Amino acid sequence: MSATTSLLQKMTAGELTRRVLNKEPLFILDVRNDSDAADWQIEGESIELINIPYFDLLEGVDAALEQLPEDKDVLVVCAKEGSSKFVAEQLLEAGRSRVYYLEGGMKAWSEHLEPVLIGKLQDGGSLYQFVRIGKGCLSYMVVSEGEAAVIDAARMTDVYSAFAAEQGAAIKYALDTHLHADHISGGRKLAEQTGGTYWLPPKDAEEVTFDYEQLEEGKVVNVGNIKIEIQPVYSPGHTIGSTSFIIDNRYLLTGDILFVESIGRPDLAGKAEDWVGDLYTTLHERYKSLPDELIVLPAHFGKITELGEDGAVSARLGDLYERNPGLQITAEADFRRMVTENLPQHPNSYQEIRQTNMGKIHPDEEQQREMESGPNRCAVHDK
Amino acid sequence: MSEPQEVQTLQVDKTLDCKGLSCPMPIVKTKKAMDELNPGQVIEVQATDRGSLADIQGWAKNTGHQYLGTIEENSVLRHYLRKSRPDEVKAEQKYPYVASNEDLQVKIAAKDAITILDVREPAEYAFGHIPGARSIPLGELEQRADELNPDEEIYVVCRTGSRSDLACQLLANKGFKQVKNVTQGMTDWKGPMEQAVEK
Repeated sequence: MSATTSLLQKMTAGELTRRVLNKEPLFILDVRNDSDAADWQIEGESIELINIPYFDLLEGVDAALEQLPEDKDVLVVCAKEGSSKFVAEQLLEAGRSRVYYLEGGMKAWSEHLEPVLIGKLQDGGSLYQFVRIGKGCLSYMVVSEGEAAVIDAARMTDVYSAFAAEQGAAIKYALDTHLHADHISGGRKLAEQTGGTYWLPPKDAEEVTFDYEQLEEGKVVNVGNIKIEIQPVYSPGHTIGSTSFIIDNRYLLTGDILFVESIGRPDLAGKAEDWVGDLYTTLHERYKSLPDELIVLPAHFGKITELGEDGAVSARLGDLYERNPGLQITAEADFRRMVTENLPQHPNSYQEIRQTNMGKIHPDEEQQREMESGPNRCAVHDK
Repeated sequence: MSEPQEVQTLQVDKTLDCKGLSCPMPIVKTKKAMDELNPGQVIEVQATDRGSLADIQGWAKNTGHQYLGTIEENSVLRHYLRKSRPDEVKAEQKYPYVASNEDLQVKIAAKDAITILDVREPAEYAFGHIPGARSIPLGELEQRADELNPDEEIYVVCRTGSRSDLACQLLANKGFKQVKNVTQGMTDWKGPMEQAVEK
């Protein structure tokens, strides 16, 4: 071939996130094996994706070439990065340009946290949402007067520490709305690293092997010299201890109880039938009694379309009662049926993840990664 | 995460060390090694990249090679594959005395005094066989036929009925009187199974 070969370019998970949020067109060639690719993929409104396993391209990339558009950037993606570089280089040798590989592969994609400013707080602080776009998890940081609290931290604690440092804040508190089953909590590690305290709802913590502060209704966690109150609201349903937070009288952090387009599932720590009643009471009585003006900030998003313009996932509580499909069924019997009959597959390794979050098992980082692979599946979606 | 266990070794034709390599290298090397094997031979691929498990299975499925199983020990995954034999599925079975899988299941259930001879490779046998079946791979049968009693009723099984067809002919030539080819083979076996290794 006489044409000069273009250089292989890398794309970081952060750059890919910006492309997704800005809805810039991108064509993804996912070269993982069929089953992994079917399990979870990169999603975005401007993203087109095909899957051809790299091991079907060992003899040549013709099968891929004929499906790749000439007029779009092409991103080759694999589990860790090696196979995507291998395939991308062959595409370049075949005369293609505008070819990228995803640095760190799906592993990096799954671990990337994108901070988004939700809003300024009344007394001069700020509330940030960390969007774990590849996994659908949302965590939060409240910053005020040199102090910070992190809520529902992911296990990549360095990201929060670095972000807090940039803000000139020390992390004093790590709080979890509940004992997570879909991802490994970074809360305890973060508290240990920063000398802060780790707070958990006691009803979710009966089996934990470590010391923690009890998150109970009525307790107020102050962040900063100026009072920014994080008020816990006992709101069982997803887990027996699930607790919501009201921050600055304006934001309602709902954990895995209420999402923007769906509601939490009650079956990951026991039987759905046992907790579906609690879930109903929380959604249709407890939250209902709160002001409609509160901005709901959940711990997950289910679909990429739940991300707003700037990437933030949020909604007005009153609006959710109008349009969230999970809140439209108000008769308790119908609600029970809707929830228990629509339970999705369990998240991968959810039992081991719970054990890890209780401090009962201690997988190494590689094992933790493996346990967290795949989609989170924490919501009940209407069908 | 499997329990610690004794290191188990399976007889193979080639062992390929891919420890420490990450994708795509384990598959690239496996493909190259497989190209050099004869059809029907078995390879053991040692890898530490956990992603190699699903990839080996997917690659075998797409290429038609036979994935036998994986043993995990001390963070090393040992994958077993058998190179496909292009004529294996279609091969005409010539030996006239045959039995169906169901016939054999009836015999087993009735506890009849029969010998079940499994002529697949040891690694295939290890990942699943009929309880009590004797393992003599087709390639060794010529030398080891005297381990069997020529007057006994012998049901010969393999994966698809084709190696067992050859085995039956070989035994008949040696004067075995009551040999039957189980024509469907282990791919369709619905009766009891046991494993010699933990997957």
